[in-house]
Amino acid sequence: MGLYDFLAQYWPRLLSGAGITVAQFLLAAALGVAISLCMGLMKLSQNALLRGTAVTYIEIFRGTSLVVQLYWIFFVLPLFGLTIEKFTAGYLAVGMNIGAYGAELVRGGILSVPKGQWEAALAINMSPAQRMRRIILPQALVNMLPPWGNLMIELLKGTALVSLISVADLMFEARQINASTFLSAQVFGAALVIYYVLARFLVTPFMRWLERHMARKLGRT
Amino acid sequence: MFDWKWDFTWEILPRLVYATGNTLIAAGAGYVIAVVLGLMLALAQRTPSKALTFTVREFVEFIRSTPLILQIFFVFYVGPQFGIRLSPWMSGMIAIGLHYACYLSEVYRGGIESVPKGQWEAAIALNMTTAQKYRRVIIPQAIPPALAGMGNYLVGIFKDTPMLSVIGVAELIHTANAIGSENYRFLEPYTMVGIIFLAISLPAAGVIRLFEGYVRRKLGL
Repeated sequence: MGLYDFLAQYWPRLLSGAGITVAQFLLAAALGVAISLCMGLMKLSQNALLRGTAVTYIEIFRGTSLVVQLYWIFFVLPLFGLTIEKFTAGYLAVGMNIGAYGAELVRGGILSVPKGQWEAALAINMSPAQRMRRIILPQALVNMLPPWGNLMIELLKGTALVSLISVADLMFEARQINASTFLSAQVFGAALVIYYVLARFLVTPFMRWLERHMARKLGRT
Repeated sequence: MFDWKWDFTWEILPRLVYATGNTLIAAGAGYVIAVVLGLMLALAQRTPSKALTFTVREFVEFIRSTPLILQIFFVFYVGPQFGIRLSPWMSGMIAIGLHYACYLSEVYRGGIESVPKGQWEAAIALNMTTAQKYRRVIIPQAIPPALAGMGNYLVGIFKDTPMLSVIGVAELIHTANAIGSENYRFLEPYTMVGIIFLAISLPAAGVIRLFEGYVRRKLGL
């Protein structure tokens, strides 16, 4: 079967798979950003307990494989009475994994804000929360956005693993179609191209736009 | 609540240790391929031929923005369609080696670009051929600054080996899956796999950091 006939027949399934992939990506990204912020700030805390929690979280999620984390959340947590639906388990695992990597970026971004800014905020009598929210975080965000662009690509690639717990994403649909037709080159080739288009023409341009937008907001053009 | 069985854990430990060996072999072999191929990809982008540079650059971008698990399937299933049969190990090593070669080529590129301009000019002034110039002047100076990135990807490749389980390479996750479905117990195998990953990747990351510091001191950076 030629590529054209193949696509004419199977594009609805590939498209619905791509839709699930995008949904997983967005949910995991939202979760990942929230976790990164929490864990990054906790790792910089004065409180040893908060710091210890963040370090443990980061080391566990960065020290093991995403596949292991995914299986653990999906197959082991139910044994503790916490049954999670596969779609939820998918973006939970991917988001928690990315959160650990993002936490290090948040920490680095905050530390990269010059000392004078901290002192100036103190001098105008801001509370620590105000200082963080209004002075430090906006500047840290601009500094850390470029590596976040790479992390978002890693996140998109990470969502392909949710197919291992049967979430019907693009990877899963591709495997199903391959198993029933054996048109491996067509189906896996098409899936590769779709992932590439998502990464190169949606995720990367959006992150670039965000970088420019945030820099402009801070008056750094 | 914790239904952890120690006797079962001890019973499955030998199989997991054996699988750990396979995981390490897969990571090591994949890394060797990536180190060599990555250098070739980096050097191919420095030839005078614009077409070659462009092609290699786009190829690297493509591989880096698509999921490894999909590439593993692609290599494993597309070969037989054209009469090339590859064993799971063989396809796994090709896919993972190629994927990380693309990442490493970026690391090498950064290293090569960090060699001061005077060194290039000096090599030309000494009438060296291009091969001599790279082998004796540029590469030896490009590798040390690239070592940190190379070390990180060694840990990265180790954490990505579980993806090889999908085509039947008997590494850790594959073995844990098998143990789990034979005994209907997933708690111990998956948890032990997580612990084994932590026990290897955390010390490895520490050793790499020490080594990086040592190289930096040696170079007087």
